[in-house]
Amino acid sequence: MLPRGRSELEVMRHYQELADLNFGVDSGMYPLGSCTMKYNPRINEDMCRLDGFATLHPTQPESTVQGALQLMFELQSDLAEISGFEATTLQPAAGAHGEYTALMVIRAAHVAHGDARKVVIIPDTAHGTNPATVTLCGYQVISIPSDERGLVELSELKAMLNEDVAAFMLTNPNTLGLFETDILKITEAVHAVGAYCFCDGANLNALLGITRPGDMGFDALHINLHKTFSTPHGGGGPGAGPVCVTDELAEFLPGPLVGQDPEDRTYHFITPQNSIGRVKSWYGNFGVLVRAYTYIRALGASGLRLSAEQAVISANYLRTQLRDEFNVVHDRACMHEFVMSGSRQKKESGVRTLDMAKRLLDYGFHPPTIYFPLVVEEAMMIEPTETEPLETLDAFVDAMKRIAQEAIDDPEILHSAPHDTPVRRLDEATACRNIIVADLD
Amino acid sequence: MDYLSIQPEQRTLMLDAIGVADFDELIGEIPESIRLDRELEIGGGLDELELSRFMRSLASKNINCTQLISFAGAGCYDHYIPSCIDHILRKPEFFTAYTPYQPEFSQGTLQAIFEYQTSICILTGMQVANASMYDGATALAEAALMTVRASRNKRTEILASQTLHPQYLEVLDTYALSGLMQVRVVSFEDLAEAIDENTASILVGYPNFIGAIENIASVITSAHEKGSLAVVCANPMMLALLDSPGSLGADIVVGEAQCFGNPQSFGGPGLGYFAATDKLMRLMPGRIVGRTTDVDGKDGFVLTLSTREQHIRREKATSNICSNHALNALAAGAYLRYVGGDGLLEIALTCVQKAHRLSSELMSTGLFEPAYEDEYGYEFALTYLGEHKLEKIYNTLVEQRFLPGVLIDDKTILIAVTEKRTEEEIDAFVKAVRHAA
Repeated sequence: MLPRGRSELEVMRHYQELADLNFGVDSGMYPLGSCTMKYNPRINEDMCRLDGFATLHPTQPESTVQGALQLMFELQSDLAEISGFEATTLQPAAGAHGEYTALMVIRAAHVAHGDARKVVIIPDTAHGTNPATVTLCGYQVISIPSDERGLVELSELKAMLNEDVAAFMLTNPNTLGLFETDILKITEAVHAVGAYCFCDGANLNALLGITRPGDMGFDALHINLHKTFSTPHGGGGPGAGPVCVTDELAEFLPGPLVGQDPEDRTYHFITPQNSIGRVKSWYGNFGVLVRAYTYIRALGASGLRLSAEQAVISANYLRTQLRDEFNVVHDRACMHEFVMSGSRQKKESGVRTLDMAKRLLDYGFHPPTIYFPLVVEEAMMIEPTETEPLETLDAFVDAMKRIAQEAIDDPEILHSAPHDTPVRRLDEATACRNIIVADLD
Repeated sequence: MDYLSIQPEQRTLMLDAIGVADFDELIGEIPESIRLDRELEIGGGLDELELSRFMRSLASKNINCTQLISFAGAGCYDHYIPSCIDHILRKPEFFTAYTPYQPEFSQGTLQAIFEYQTSICILTGMQVANASMYDGATALAEAALMTVRASRNKRTEILASQTLHPQYLEVLDTYALSGLMQVRVVSFEDLAEAIDENTASILVGYPNFIGAIENIASVITSAHEKGSLAVVCANPMMLALLDSPGSLGADIVVGEAQCFGNPQSFGGPGLGYFAATDKLMRLMPGRIVGRTTDVDGKDGFVLTLSTREQHIRREKATSNICSNHALNALAAGAYLRYVGGDGLLEIALTCVQKAHRLSSELMSTGLFEPAYEDEYGYEFALTYLGEHKLEKIYNTLVEQRFLPGVLIDDKTILIAVTEKRTEEEIDAFVKAVRHAA
């Protein structure tokens, strides 16, 4: 049996102690590449908690939830407009779940044409969820290496394309923070063999109001509302991973979607004709949808575009400020993030990227995404987001420069970092060998 | 409105520092032909006051469950959420944090999840629980796939009890489209008989979708006798009262834990919980927190067994799950810590007693009979004996601000009673049903 209950004070103290051991966006800069750790506006938190949203039961008659359905209908439309597609499902619960949904929709389209096909091509820079999703959908993964520009090599891709290929999954801008300049030729080549192009929308924050995946020739896209649309990451979730598709694929989306009666303007659940079926119970992570919708209504078209521009400017600012101390891998204009390598520090001082990341903790910054993408040695993937103040960006640059200097003067302080955190480096090997995942004594 | 901190003149300074004349120079690699030459056609650009008014007006177009007397369940329940839970969730150190990949900065999240895993293990009678799944439906689908892997893909058929949540069965069907497993839906009574050498696992509800507590112990035994695994999908609130699935031999226990401190929120985000025997631990999907020590010998927590996961193992990962429902798990962990085993027992008992009282009073109207003979907890199904469709009564009751339950078909309604329903509300509901019929 569970232990006896605790007093409210004991519970609040316990979680205050735990909170004090944690670091969030409110605590400091969180430049995790491809994670878009932007500020989480507080009005979103208030709105999703309104009784009119938070206490709704999913089986209530449609006539009693018109406000919720209107919100979902408008969010479907807004996301389709922002991404350049025709239809949206809000059901997927997370980015990987959205990838899964989109790939199953593509699979259904192939099956409708008589053949599910066998393989899905992904670049070697892809997020780990991409290949894992391919497997979950019953497909084989073929990996395409990036070229010296850090982009998809069109001739290489063409050589891989044939009628066994179900889809090409591409993140654009890619995980090196670079825009795939050949994108129109890429999507055309993929379509030429009857395959579909899926856009991993993890990096959509760079594109808002500037360019749209639908206009690039993609057939489907998933969107991480917990990245681009400011909903909080919650220490790992919940997120939401809506999927937008072309007209051609709309009939296969998971149901229900929200539609509007053209005559009396009321909102109703509808299920597409050849739906793949549900990917989740009920209608999606509604509480997250309310937050994202609130954010879009706050920013509007001009606010979204301004945010994307600033995200790109801030990333380029950091890239140019850090290029003397670190090896910026593709040192040209990037989008909302860039990747630099700790290879110089490793070679000259024996200091690894992991050591520098841990040292950043001592300076009060969350480290960038490290050792990803896999194609870059000792990678550090940096995404400042648009919401960080210039003073904070400059402080981050200072900290990185000090660390570069420490690598030369005193590498040991990096090897043994962090020094000032609630715990220091943890023994992960023992945790895997002598496994304790619950306190059952 | 926007949430930028950088001022226009700072933007100019930054462009100068980068060495470009204007923003367009930074996006030179985007072909002209795909640049959007207009503004996005979306509404908005509201200031915070306008935004708040607008969102409140949208919310007020709904009739919510503080205005309705709800007897609806079907996996999403109107339990009371103690005030302190949301105050914990609103701590920015928790809700604005990322996944705890940097453990030195994330001990709060990690310890909270470890404590949640512990509570789930105790309730289910299992040895290991993960850090959460999206919801009960996806947890069940992932459990089914895991049992195929456990057979090294030698057994690929899943036998799912017909009395599981219909939406969970739909999600299973979607996940089976990949060809990685085949799902056959069988009545609970026929499950044991249907197991053969291709059966990876049987899936049963506990209680089942319509609230019945079926004899899952015997079908679990049959599964094991024929070399198959048993997955139990349980309402965890009821586990305060029932024998734990682990004690009955379950190999995997999953379900929806929205009932622990999470709002209904129109059905999401909920909380999928996932627990298994330690034998199956390395095949589990999702993140798992483990306890270890740091270089100074101090106790601490880390994400462990990561080599199962997509960011390490890529196409060979046990699942593609990355984001999970950590904040909902934090709510559940805090709820269970606050109410404790004693409190949970009391809450579950109160629900069950109130449900039994309502059931017998509705029966005494002569309008209904039980849909089944099994024992039930705080949710039960009744068959309407009248001539017309039950929907008519349902609609009349909604007009009177009752949410009478969930209609399963023309004659059957599924009714849940939580601790929030007062004696007066139950009496008023019975009276309203009499009048409506």
